[in-house]
Amino acid sequence: MSAVPVLAVDNLSVEFRTRGGIVKALEQVSFSVNKGEMVAIVGESGSGKSVTAFTVMGILDAAGRVSQGTASFGGLDVLQAPEAVMRDIRGREMSMIFQNPRVALNPIRRVGDQIADVLLQHGNVTRREAPKRAIEMLTRVRIPDPERRAKAYPFELSGGMCQRIMIAIALSCAPKLLIADEPTTGLDVTTQAAIMDLIAELGAEQGMSTLLITHDLGMAAEYCDQIVVMHAGHIVEMAPTAELFAHPRHPYTAKLIAATPKPTASLMDLAAIPGNLPDLRAAEIPPCRYSARCERRQSRCDQALPYVLGEQKGSMVACWNPL
Amino acid sequence: MSEFFEKPLLDAQSLHKQFTVGKTPGLFAKARGADRPVAKLHAVDDVTFTIGKGEVLGLVGESGCGKSTLVRLLTRLLDLTDGSIRLDGEEIGHLPAKGFGRSPYRPRIQMVFQDAGDSLNPRFTAFAAIADPIQRLKPLPRADLKLRVEELATMCGLPLELLGRFPHQLSGGQKARVGIARAIAVEPDLLILDEPTAALDVSVQVVILQLLEDLKKRLGMSYLFVSHDLNVVRLLCDRVMVMYLGRIVETGPAEEVFRNPAHPYTKALLSAIPHFDQVKGSGAPPVPRLRISGEPRSPIDPSPKVCRFYGRCPKGQEACTESMPLLHGVGLEHSAGHSVACHFPVSDTDGKTAAVSLIEDVA
Amino acid sequence: MSETLKHIRYVLTENPVTLFAFSLFGFILFCALFGPYLAPYDPLATNGAATLKPPSAQHWFGTDALGRDIFSRVLVATRLDLGIAFFSVVLTFAIGALAGIAAGFFGGWVDRVVGRLADTIMAFPLFVLAMGIVAALGNTVGNIVLATAIINTPLYARVARAEANIRRNAGFVEAARLSGNGEGRILLLQILPNIMPILMVQCSLTMGYAILNAAGLSFIGLGIAPPTPEWGILVAEGAAYMISGEWWVALFPGLALMTAVFCFNLLGDGLRDIVDPRRRT
Repeated sequence: MSAVPVLAVDNLSVEFRTRGGIVKALEQVSFSVNKGEMVAIVGESGSGKSVTAFTVMGILDAAGRVSQGTASFGGLDVLQAPEAVMRDIRGREMSMIFQNPRVALNPIRRVGDQIADVLLQHGNVTRREAPKRAIEMLTRVRIPDPERRAKAYPFELSGGMCQRIMIAIALSCAPKLLIADEPTTGLDVTTQAAIMDLIAELGAEQGMSTLLITHDLGMAAEYCDQIVVMHAGHIVEMAPTAELFAHPRHPYTAKLIAATPKPTASLMDLAAIPGNLPDLRAAEIPPCRYSARCERRQSRCDQALPYVLGEQKGSMVACWNPL
Repeated sequence: MSEFFEKPLLDAQSLHKQFTVGKTPGLFAKARGADRPVAKLHAVDDVTFTIGKGEVLGLVGESGCGKSTLVRLLTRLLDLTDGSIRLDGEEIGHLPAKGFGRSPYRPRIQMVFQDAGDSLNPRFTAFAAIADPIQRLKPLPRADLKLRVEELATMCGLPLELLGRFPHQLSGGQKARVGIARAIAVEPDLLILDEPTAALDVSVQVVILQLLEDLKKRLGMSYLFVSHDLNVVRLLCDRVMVMYLGRIVETGPAEEVFRNPAHPYTKALLSAIPHFDQVKGSGAPPVPRLRISGEPRSPIDPSPKVCRFYGRCPKGQEACTESMPLLHGVGLEHSAGHSVACHFPVSDTDGKTAAVSLIEDVA
Repeated sequence: MSETLKHIRYVLTENPVTLFAFSLFGFILFCALFGPYLAPYDPLATNGAATLKPPSAQHWFGTDALGRDIFSRVLVATRLDLGIAFFSVVLTFAIGALAGIAAGFFGGWVDRVVGRLADTIMAFPLFVLAMGIVAALGNTVGNIVLATAIINTPLYARVARAEANIRRNAGFVEAARLSGNGEGRILLLQILPNIMPILMVQCSLTMGYAILNAAGLSFIGLGIAPPTPEWGILVAEGAAYMISGEWWVALFPGLALMTAVFCFNLLGDGLRDIVDPRRRT
């Protein structure tokens, strides 16, 4: 499979200036998303998964700074591109959906109009066609009674329904890449499943690539082709999904899988991950940011982190002593 | 098992809670003799269950199903519309929520909140938070209080040097530990756990769940464990109840409900949780998934005859609109206490085949 | 304790505007405390030989129609103006904050009573209301304080009500109920400390209004009686001379007034940063 990557992030480092000092939020992050693929970035809070997504979208907080690296999207380095270019790309070629759809929608505008706005802004339709296309989009995201719902305000719709509207907005211009930042957190379990099914189906229909940011390993396992595991601003492991779950190689990945409740495991079978994330503001962070919590630690773990490529394409582990 | 049923710690009988929605007729409307019936939201509708001593009962449901209201009724933060709550045989359901803080029953029912961050006053240190219920409900001299708080912190795995910190200086897991230490400070008989790990990372979730299991064994408490995640509920609970729009739709031993869900809703809930049994690209045979669509029925003045799940239920038939299904025993051994409120339970006829045909219907 | 100091230092160094506001506040406070001892001339002493003199080395701010030193009068007036503002804010805080928190927390009839009272006060043009109160009760410092407090109370009560209302169902309030706290205790020990930072900001803003209001009353002759030095009176006395070219008589007291109000408005944000524990690392 010699796929062309839609998005290729290479050696990306991001820092945040805070009152406690410089936080090295991302360090040497490299991964790519191929055409039609769904890639998950999995990690716990503070792992830098959302920062990665925000950096790629060019909507990083003002306190954040890209200190090195590139993110190539269809040949364009989105980290260097002027804001005017990015504004045109966002929403048209690269879209994003967020954790809390109710906040992301304009509360005082009808949802149909909000979809039409995006269609008009990116110039694919005339003012006359826009409302009709908006209703088409609502049908595509399986909203029952789309003509009536197009006239609804966000507060009149349930959380799951709002997320469907967000997806309709994000997909209205048939983007090449969808970045979904915890798209189902806060939704009901049954709604979560329906939303993920919808993203997967529509992505497959349009040949769209999806970057899913999630803390839920189970969800990543079920829907994604490739998984990137992050810990404290580093990518510790990435591999095709089946391989990652069959043979996790980084100790942290293995622990994360072992800590996730499964239908068969009892409470005592689940393993906790001892220790905490290192302080990313410290001047001296150990090269391997997991080493302080790691049971497989060796003396050479104090050397610069190795990025060991696996046999399969797209697999990598950043560890001196992998499983 | 049987002693649970002989002398339950908590015995809740047909609990009802209704909220008035919209405006009650105003002064002028009343003067005009307007007699508009007031719309009622049925948050909790005819809920009956017991919790035995040392038992862990799971309560599963999605947002808006009434589980938060039920929890607030049991913790006596809300007044009942109707029904009875007995604690160790003594009726506490009629005591007004307003004065319950002064009743001798207050220390016996405590709760761990869903969002530990929100449940801790940002202005109180961890020490003050844990000490507060002791000072109010079981006062101790100053020196003893300090010892007791330190003992509780140790019991909950909270390093003593963190006791002087404010909530924003603590991590999510540490805040959860403070919340638990506060809840067990007055040695409750019943501890209600309202999604205690929902806001935590998986690695911390495991630690907190194991801590709760350990505390239960050491202190002999009973738990009501509220969650939307059946995978997590299963880990800690002896029995589970599944709630949908104010009513219990299925109840039974945790393992049994988990293996052989009888209600279509329980089945959908279970099949919605992503598992590792379906790793993409692993070549594993696809596990049939049951998805439900549509929006829940309105909980405002619902028809007493129509099953609450009707409209979303893949098995819904005319019979479901003619009489409300009530809880009845299912499974091979009815004595096991597995009951379901459904006219057409999934595994009623013949376990597997029924389940498979149901999924085919949906697909 | 040293952590608090460190935090204050951080807030001040991080935000130069706050540092400026605090320095200015320090200066005004200094003038209020020591003004009468530092004034080069007796603020009430007239001098027929030196009337309406423009600013000079002897009289920094010039002299008025009776030959009184304007610098001394402005300096000495600080204490009175600040005092009126301070006591009226304390009164506003006591009434407004408590009524507002109770309204927001309990809701129901408490909320309705407080809300209607506040609406009633707000329905008047506030300054006219203050004039009415002073005119009816008499021209004393105490009544000016009272009038200023009354017209500021509704604003204050509304802020407190809104903040208490969003916290009435917070997790920590329910937790406090489970711990056996009564509603009154929850109000005072759980809710009040949490909205203190917002109230402090409001206090600072109210100080500005209060100074303006007291000066305004004096300006129209309903407040402090001349010849007592007070900024509003000084401006009023000087206003007549603006046209004839003796600008300094009104300008300097006016500047003092403006500086004080400006200072309190800036101070609010800095205060919030200092009292809010979440801003500390």
